[in-house]
Amino acid sequence: MINDLENTLLNYTDPNLAKLPTRDGFGQGLLEVAKQNSKIVGLCADLTESTRMHWFAENFRERFIQVGVAEQNLIGVAAGLALEGKIPFAASYAVFSPGRNWDQIRVSVCYSNLNVKIVGGHAGLTVGPDGATHQALEDIAITRVLPNLVVISPADSEQARQATIAIANYDGPCYLRLSREASPVFTTSKTTFEIGKAQVLKSGNDLTLIATGPMVFNALMVAENLKADYSVEVINVHTIKPIDIDTIVKSAQKTRKVVTVEEHQINGGLGGAVAEVLGEKYPTPMLRIGMNDCFGQSGKAQELLDFYGLSVYKILEKVKIFLNEKI
Amino acid sequence: MNKQNLTINQLYQKANQIRKDIILTLENAGSGHSAGPLGLADIFSALYFRILNYDSSNPKWEDRDRLFVSNGHVAPVWYVTLSHAGFFPNAELLTLRKLNSRLQGHPNRLDTPGVENTSGPLGQGLSQAVGSALAGRMDKKTYRVFCITSDGEHDEGQTWEAIMLASKEKLNNLTVIVDRNNIQIDGYTEKVMPLDSLKEKYEAFNWHVIEIDGHNIEEFIDACHKARAIFEKPVCIIAHTIPGKGVDFMEFKPEWHGKPPNKDEAQKALEQLRTLDGKIVYD
Repeated sequence: MINDLENTLLNYTDPNLAKLPTRDGFGQGLLEVAKQNSKIVGLCADLTESTRMHWFAENFRERFIQVGVAEQNLIGVAAGLALEGKIPFAASYAVFSPGRNWDQIRVSVCYSNLNVKIVGGHAGLTVGPDGATHQALEDIAITRVLPNLVVISPADSEQARQATIAIANYDGPCYLRLSREASPVFTTSKTTFEIGKAQVLKSGNDLTLIATGPMVFNALMVAENLKADYSVEVINVHTIKPIDIDTIVKSAQKTRKVVTVEEHQINGGLGGAVAEVLGEKYPTPMLRIGMNDCFGQSGKAQELLDFYGLSVYKILEKVKIFLNEKI
Repeated sequence: MNKQNLTINQLYQKANQIRKDIILTLENAGSGHSAGPLGLADIFSALYFRILNYDSSNPKWEDRDRLFVSNGHVAPVWYVTLSHAGFFPNAELLTLRKLNSRLQGHPNRLDTPGVENTSGPLGQGLSQAVGSALAGRMDKKTYRVFCITSDGEHDEGQTWEAIMLASKEKLNNLTVIVDRNNIQIDGYTEKVMPLDSLKEKYEAFNWHVIEIDGHNIEEFIDACHKARAIFEKPVCIIAHTIPGKGVDFMEFKPEWHGKPPNKDEAQKALEQLRTLDGKIVYD
């Protein structure tokens, strides 16, 4: 059975699917929404091109503030701008923001409940050769515990574009998690993004695969590889907080087996969030796939995904074992 | 707008009333900071009853001058002054630090009318003030942005990040007031982490610096007026203050940084402060 949402997707089994990083979608979305809304301002901590904020900065010089390598000040200044009615997008790498300025985010933004958009680029393992220092694998955990904060992790570049526009139009603090590496763009402008509404991208009955960020594509490919033997449901949880309890529970009730996939520590990340939901609402056997309490290392993006068990093939292996376990 | 124009004498009397209310409020709360709030009473009196434009019946009036308080632990002097300025009833001061009070142990903008920014963890206020000043300039507003900081919070790297940005952006609508009282929780600032020469440090960051006696209200008002005339850079007013000012057993004592007076101590403090009631302390 093909659901309505699935009909909006491109043919993701096409090996020639275009690839773009989610940061590109952010840069494009910011430019689009900034043209409509003069309250939008941009701040960056010396990573303007890397975070793709440079498209905004080049077009709206008077609304762009370069704060230098100073992530604590980045967030504080953004809070001050939000106090005056601006809609600040504050960009850096996720390891630095929210990694380095968590207290500023907690007090100056979240407790103050200010309309600041925190943009964390280069998240996840696929940062690649820069190594463990620059691979944010804990940012979901430290942001999703903060009251008032919305946490978004888009699945591809088109979704990042839509998410950027959506959070600009949402009144309240948001964290947007982005990747450096190009990944297949399989959603379209018709795959409507709505904050807090998880997307069932493929319906199934035997297993629920829940993923976030570019790992959603890998989850779809795993489902494709299993389709001869198993009917797999794939859910894109692009909003980690507030998490879509209904969609997750409904799927678990149907399949009774849930696997989560993320470029993040399994503790405290998407896997942790889903386990919290199911533990309370509908205890279900689970497998959490992600970083298992360890740091990454240098390597090419694909090599790293394979080494740490997040490539399509490695996920497939683990899922097969999980499906065959007697529960 | 209800900007008040008290005379210098009246401002000193107001400062004395503020000090007495700080003692009563802290004694009632049973916890909180004594030294910093007492030391800042003269400056708060001058700010709210001479310098700042605001409307206490409309705390979010868009053209108001902004006062950011970065060292949130001096909340008692802010709350007491705001109540005197009409933002909320004086009686509410007795709810400080109590359950469901609008007067939290450290200030929260969402709770208290007139509180511009949420603060407590040191070093965050100046960044917010810089953001507010940038927004004011973008929108061609004429409001002025003031930010009170403690000397101790200049240990925080974020403070210097904000100092650098304000100077880069030539924020002439921003005035920082440093409460230079030379104490912090663990002792004297120059022992914990030397800050001098703070003036030269700010000047090296391309700020205009005015040093004053923070208990001389006329000097403070003059400094605020001079700050308006500096067009090419932000201004820092280093206000030398006496921690615990007005209560002899608290003055200059780091141990009074973070505790309230008990009932007997409060009584003694009030007796001392009452001797100044109605007296002309300036001519």
